[in-house]
Amino acid sequence: MTITPELIEQHQLTSSEYGKIVSLLGREPTYTELGVFSVMWSEHCSYKSSRIHLKKLPTTGKYVVQGPGENAGIIGIGNDWVVAFKIESHNHPSYIEPFQGAATGVGGILRDIFTMGARPIAVMDSLRFGPPENSPNASRNQRILTGVVSGIAHYGNCFGVPTVGGECVFEECYSANPLVNVFALGVCKKDEIFYARASGIGNPVIYVGAKTGRDGIHGASMASAEFTEESKQKRPNVQVGDPFLEKLLLEACLEAMKTGAIVAIQDMGAAGLTSSSCEMGSRGEVGIELDLDRVPQRESGMTAYEMLLSESQERMLLVAEKGREHEVFGVFRKWGLDAVTIGVVTEGGKLRIRHHGEVVAEIPNRALADEAPRYDRPHNARPHRKAPLEPPAHIPASKDLNADLLRLVASPDLCSKRWIWQQYDYTVRTNTIVGPGSDAAVVRVKETGTSIAMSLDGNGRYCYLDPREGAKLAVAECCRNLATTGAIPVAATNNLNFGNPERPEIMAQLVEAIEGIAEACAFFEAPITGGNVSLYNETLGEGIYPTPVLGIIGLMKTAVPAPVSFRGEDATVMLLGGLGGNHALRFGSSEYAKVVLNQLWGLPPQLNMAHEKRVHDCVREILAAGLAESAHDLSDGGLAVALSESCTKEIGAKVAIEPGERVEFTLFGEAPSRILLSTREPARVHEIALRFDLECPIIGVTMKERLQIGDGISTMWIDLAAADLQQSFEQSLPAILQRNNERGGESRPV
Amino acid sequence: MKVGVVVFPGSNCDHDAWYAINRNLPAGQHSGLHPGAEFIWHDSTDLSKVDAVILPGGFSYGDYLRCGAIARFSPVIGAVKKFANAGGLVLGICNGFQILVEAGLLPGALLRNEDLKFVCRQVTLRVETTNSPFTSKLVKGGLLHMPVAHGDGRYFADEKTLDTLEAEDRIAFRYLDNPNGALRNIAGILSRERNVMGMMPHPERACDPLMGSVEGLGIFQSMLLSVPSAVPALAK
Repeated sequence: MTITPELIEQHQLTSSEYGKIVSLLGREPTYTELGVFSVMWSEHCSYKSSRIHLKKLPTTGKYVVQGPGENAGIIGIGNDWVVAFKIESHNHPSYIEPFQGAATGVGGILRDIFTMGARPIAVMDSLRFGPPENSPNASRNQRILTGVVSGIAHYGNCFGVPTVGGECVFEECYSANPLVNVFALGVCKKDEIFYARASGIGNPVIYVGAKTGRDGIHGASMASAEFTEESKQKRPNVQVGDPFLEKLLLEACLEAMKTGAIVAIQDMGAAGLTSSSCEMGSRGEVGIELDLDRVPQRESGMTAYEMLLSESQERMLLVAEKGREHEVFGVFRKWGLDAVTIGVVTEGGKLRIRHHGEVVAEIPNRALADEAPRYDRPHNARPHRKAPLEPPAHIPASKDLNADLLRLVASPDLCSKRWIWQQYDYTVRTNTIVGPGSDAAVVRVKETGTSIAMSLDGNGRYCYLDPREGAKLAVAECCRNLATTGAIPVAATNNLNFGNPERPEIMAQLVEAIEGIAEACAFFEAPITGGNVSLYNETLGEGIYPTPVLGIIGLMKTAVPAPVSFRGEDATVMLLGGLGGNHALRFGSSEYAKVVLNQLWGLPPQLNMAHEKRVHDCVREILAAGLAESAHDLSDGGLAVALSESCTKEIGAKVAIEPGERVEFTLFGEAPSRILLSTREPARVHEIALRFDLECPIIGVTMKERLQIGDGISTMWIDLAAADLQQSFEQSLPAILQRNNERGGESRPV
Repeated sequence: MKVGVVVFPGSNCDHDAWYAINRNLPAGQHSGLHPGAEFIWHDSTDLSKVDAVILPGGFSYGDYLRCGAIARFSPVIGAVKKFANAGGLVLGICNGFQILVEAGLLPGALLRNEDLKFVCRQVTLRVETTNSPFTSKLVKGGLLHMPVAHGDGRYFADEKTLDTLEAEDRIAFRYLDNPNGALRNIAGILSRERNVMGMMPHPERACDPLMGSVEGLGIFQSMLLSVPSAVPALAK
């Protein structure tokens, strides 16, 4: 087939990129080679717009065993054990087909973990959808939400990995661009880590797992008209997941690794057979030769182009020691899986593909994996934002603070997500010490006596107002969540969800956010060991809020941490970090401004990282001394919402604070670096706080059944039954979904 | 006591059951009885070395068809049937319960949860009988807290079968907070000979204080004291 400019454009390659391909090959590419380049050089696989900026991230530290560049980052946790962890997005597929899109998102990240020899022991999800009510798209948004949640449940539950936490936020900008970011973590022994570096000329290249079909072709870029005509069939670009097969693949891979016959292994994710082979070859500086006729196929008549670009799920490529193939085959046969030698490691660093006896592609591995174009896209514009900086001239005074609080705890962002996480098996593998619904999840590692605390956080609204500060706040909040369970942050992964990088004002958001993450991760000593960039999250020219999502893990000795909830009456309630500065300029980014005022203005809360870090060190000391009966960090919704979340049906609190500039700001402002504690030993807590030069005022005392917040003299702003708060918090999401069902849905699917 | 934990390709609670028996149980007061668990692969038919069998939770063969519908034809289930018919102790947990029902070792069926969603949460069970090798160490009417995690856990049987189960004192546990719409709040049942028990909740996930409950241990302790090989150990 002749390569025409139209064909090049349909493969989303620019003419200068095509020129580079020709010069790397020293000739015109074949049609198959053009397809291979188009996926490997896609934004998704090559990070061509973000790579030069990602270099700014700190990637080393005393716990880091493996930083970015492998399938997952690796951290030492002591006793010769390590954890592998990473976050990855499946945003676009989850919009097109929520159930399978989310399910295969889980499947993909799980393979990234066990391909390194680590058994997955925890999953978390960071989700963003359009509003489930009060939106013209509410019905569709709910369908996407319920589809994504069922997809995650379907895959994770069957595979047998607990889904232990996450977050779920709703904004109109995610209506046509939902975000599904999945984090996974696994454990293995340090000397049993596997890498994806092919070596040993003459070693066999073995294909294992599911058969290859036409599903997901060009998932990493996009189908073209030419391509569709050629294949005579229109196939959806979303892959279909089979969690049972993945479970078999997990067990078989871990067992095969134990034979010692495996040299290198990589999963087939985006760009399937192509990326796994050229990346393994490139890392090991060797060539790979594949014979496509030997690839197990689900359909007949597949072309080389289709096989190389298929994104069929649950497949792995591995290099075994020559002469020991039978040991590998034996294990895969036991688990009932295909395992076939389809190629060989060669000299010379080239990826050579044969089909029906002919060479259909011959490309230097490095050209595909490492020499993709890198762009320093213009980013000198001001980051995109439409919201005003100045607060409105008149911020209306609250008519009823009780009603406001009830409305906030029942709002989709702040309400209990039990309806979601109860559909996930979060206790399988009997390691979950703290599951969903807390500040951070805590999972023990049975082999070491240590536990891993983990937290996911991102705030698109903050980042929209100031990408750099918003990103730093996300890092700070993750670390605060970990500190609140007593853990020390050790490493991070990030998922950068942004709009179109070819727009300078969007690129500016990305650069600002990366630099913010770099600064904060360095400061909090949580180096980035891997992650994912998802760009072009845009519909009809309007991008999503810039949404960097941070996943940070921490280490702690295995023990049950202090809970979020108050434990009993008459405990002293203290606010480590103090009331904080809550002013009009920064109130516009709060949940109160969003839910009650329906406005957005100003800047995100102000973060002083040195102060924040002292709060973390201090709360860890208070917790280690066993002084806290409960501990809960303040975040979205501020003090009043944190207090509500710490109440149980039986136990509330009577709190007295100064109203400050405006009582709404004090109750609902989201100033960071604050942790709510209840204790029987306020003097000792106070003494520790003093040593860290921190405020830790006593703000009240726990009591039976009510939450009361006043000025301690004459005025009571909040006076509610704790049971009513609980009910608003717990019943809200199921009620919203139920109401929609009863209406039968008012809008049609896109 | 040697417990065989059956491993189907899609079992995912096999390690948890193994850990509960080998690590959590000895830490209790019965360390002199040497409990031990070993895995039994699904195509094995040799149960000669074990005193009791656990069919653990998971998704046996993927369970894209009815849960347990394929597992009932596996070689190991043939052996388990013989083992049970000879009086051996068989405990099916979650997917294991579904398999026992499909295999005809227990009556009734486990249907899709009433709200059609997978549910994972802590439930409260009431012990309905102590007249069984799985519940002898428990207190009748006592409450146990442990997790459920299933999509198809709604116990169903015709009225006559349910009446029979009640009349023969074969309902082992009932939910106080029914999570799935199970008829008569049934969480676990016994075979007529009382040597086979199936239950949807996960006692193996409630054997460690770190997991928030140790109230599942009593079931394994009861089994430990009930198997014949425990007797000589007790005599020591």
